[in-house]
Amino acid sequence: MEKRVQEIVLRDSSTPAIPNLEIGGNVLVTRLDEIVNWARRNSIFPLTFGLACCAIEMMSTAAARFDLARFGMEVFRASPRQADLMIVAGRVSKKMAPVLRQIYDQMPAPKWVVSMGACASCGGIFNNYAIVQGVDQIVPVDVYVPGCPPSPDALIYALIKLQQKIRTQRLGMLLELKPRTEPLAIERGNGVQAITGEK
Amino acid sequence: MNIIRDVIKPISKGMKITLRHFLEPKDTVSYPEQRKEQFPRTRWRHVLLRYENGLERCIGCSLCAGACPVRCIYVEAAENTDEERYSPGERYAKRYEINLLRCIYCGYCQDACPTGAIVLREDYELADYTREAFIATKEMLLEPLPVRDEVAEAMAK
Ligand code: SF4
Ligand code: SF4
Ligand code: SF4
Repeated sequence: MEKRVQEIVLRDSSTPAIPNLEIGGNVLVTRLDEIVNWARRNSIFPLTFGLACCAIEMMSTAAARFDLARFGMEVFRASPRQADLMIVAGRVSKKMAPVLRQIYDQMPAPKWVVSMGACASCGGIFNNYAIVQGVDQIVPVDVYVPGCPPSPDALIYALIKLQQKIRTQRLGMLLELKPRTEPLAIERGNGVQAITGEK
Repeated sequence: MNIIRDVIKPISKGMKITLRHFLEPKDTVSYPEQRKEQFPRTRWRHVLLRYENGLERCIGCSLCAGACPVRCIYVEAAENTDEERYSPGERYAKRYEINLLRCIYCGYCQDACPTGAIVLREDYELADYTREAFIATKEMLLEPLPVRDEVAEAMAK
């Protein structure tokens, strides 16, 4: 798993540099931190949440050609109680929004959201009265994937970025009831992004 | 019940199929290490092209913005002067921004452009953590200045 992430870093300057992961501040739980993060990022259970055409690409990501099982994410769960990750694949209509929020609230605490496709991320081509202009108006989104639809490899790239983000989380943050109240501070300079700060 | 005919034969027949598929070459593309080949007309992230002499192709005509079905292109044009020349024509794009999140990668901008300035290329690794990161400015979209190959020029003389 290490290798995969590092290979991405080499190819793409917009991937955040992972801050120094070894002992930072808390000597007692810092190793635990890493173990917990390692376990979490390598067995993410996504929620079955296909809303429109993007869901087809999400399904083919899980199928043999791209095989999401390589990242430990193949178990698409129908129950939010058993899921860690919500891949919002498709356009969210205003009627679906409360349902989506309720399902998000039902997911157990360390939970992440990937907004897949132009529609889920910002409304895409449907700039009209019926579609929520970005699912981040309802739930906090961790990774946005552009594209209509994003190809399976683009989605896998986003999931690798999510794994990187989980890797930078701290145990103090994980123990909080609401782990994601503050977003990671992201600094931009020279076109290279870096996640700054311990949070 | 005939145990050979009713149990062993069907099971071995089924397992033969399993074994055959097990021995076939794998379909999986292990994505970060391998990449699947992209089709020639794959449309992903835009690139603003230059002429061979380094001048920008874009003349700031906003036709791409007009053709865009989601209106995710913003073009602000300005006049070229002889001191400050960006493109061969009268005008150039002072600001050129694309909201890559809103874009649906349809390629209509590429079709509409009269000078062939904007093209969609294969770079699909675009996911990011914030919405702001998806506003691609002209600097991010423009292809780098061509490097003068002085050796080749000297050879040509
Ligand atoms: S982004 Fe495109 S493919 Fe995805 S749900 Fe919207 S219209 Fe469908
Ligand atoms: S590819 Fe389509 S949606 Fe994207 S900028 Fe061009 S015209 Fe607009
Ligand atoms: S990219 Fe092409 S269509 Fe768009 S403003 Fe420039 S010259 Fe006009």
